Amino acid sequence: MSMTKLPGWRELPEGAVVRDVGNTETIDVSGWRVFKPVIIDEKCTRCRLCWIYCPDGAILEVVDEKARMGKRYEVDYMHCKGCGICWRECPVNAIEWVPEER
Amino acid sequence: MSLKEVGPMQEIRNHMQIPREEYIAGGHSACQGCGHFVIVRHLLKAAGPNTIVVNPTGCLEVVTTVFPYSSWRVPWIHVAFENGGAVASGVEAAIKSLQRKGVLPKDEQINVVVFAGDGGTVDIGFQSLSGMLERGHKVVYVLLDNEAYMNTGIQRSGSTPFGAWTTTTPVGKKWKGEWRVRKDMIQIAVAHHIPYAATINPAYPVDMYNKMVKALKANGPAFLHAYSPCPTGWRFDPSKTIEVARLAVLTGYWVLYEYDHGQYKVNVPVLKRKPVKEFIKLQGRFRHMTEEQVKKLQEIIDQHVEMINKLVGKQVIGPVVE
Repeated sequence: MSMTKLPGWRELPEGAVVRDVGNTETIDVSGWRVFKPVIIDEKCTRCRLCWIYCPDGAILEVVDEKARMGKRYEVDYMHCKGCGICWRECPVNAIEWVPEER
Repeated sequence: MSLKEVGPMQEIRNHMQIPREEYIAGGHSACQGCGHFVIVRHLLKAAGPNTIVVNPTGCLEVVTTVFPYSSWRVPWIHVAFENGGAVASGVEAAIKSLQRKGVLPKDEQINVVVFAGDGGTVDIGFQSLSGMLERGHKVVYVLLDNEAYMNTGIQRSGSTPFGAWTTTTPVGKKWKGEWRVRKDMIQIAVAHHIPYAATINPAYPVDMYNKMVKALKANGPAFLHAYSPCPTGWRFDPSKTIEVARLAVLTGYWVLYEYDHGQYKVNVPVLKRKPVKEFIKLQGRFRHMTEEQVKKLQEIIDQHVEMINKLVGKQVIGPVVE
């Protein structure tokens, strides 16, 4: 997260109420990662376990008519913290654990 | 939503039916591999958008609502450690009152869910939880148990298991980690004569989802005790969160059972239990444990399993097989 100018107290909402709910979505946590998961689509059996066990909701289930079984799985690299649960829990080893390069 | 998936408040048969809608946004600042979010994500999917969340202080509150951000897509109230149950009671009573006056539609069910940590339930929030269960408010109380005060830096709580290292039960010449036996929260909750109480585990998502649906449909207070592995406090690799949770069930350390209107049922029977050694060797907090301590922990687990077998009336959790 880059440092921007923080709002002063006059600009803050009354009672410190957050009106724009779910706005942590705009935070980029990719900097937490050392390794990143890469899904190999050919090996994936669409078992959905990575999507279920991801604590950050960073595995996306994309509906795609062209893909096998009508959907495919993608990693949301902005919200993935690189915990590796998906990689360890994948029953067919369709997720590779690749060192992050920047 | 595809045809396979179900709406909120409906029981599911397999994990393909879990709805896709997310009620908690990503980008929160929880540690890598936090068990809390695997649980909270699915429980909110089960509850649906018509839910009010009451959240006493704890890891979950701290990481999701860093001002000016919020991860919650459902109404959410933060309260102090000690009054999660009391505030949830008030919210539920207010909804009832507004429904009676005709301000809110009468036939619509509004779920009130408490997500509290083990500090906010087992120690500090104990009295308000007890009051809530006693008065019979229709609230689902979810205890996210990571077995210590992880938010403030791994201090012991009433839920810390025997032998575990924490910063307030250190390992040295005299002290060898926690020496007391944890509280049995399900039995405490059942003692309040509530309709529904159950243990849940993130490694078994379908069981977890269905128990939440049952808890929401129960006519009165319901209590869910969730096992939430904490890589930071338990000293294991973040990628092993689910593995640790699963091993807890397979060793009999965490028995998945429910109390449904007077009937006990074990949902995941384990016919051949693994020795507890396999579970503790993954975690750094048990690293110091001597043979004697491991034996004592095994005995504690054996006693707990025996108690559950007695409650169910048959042997559903089997003996230890090396």
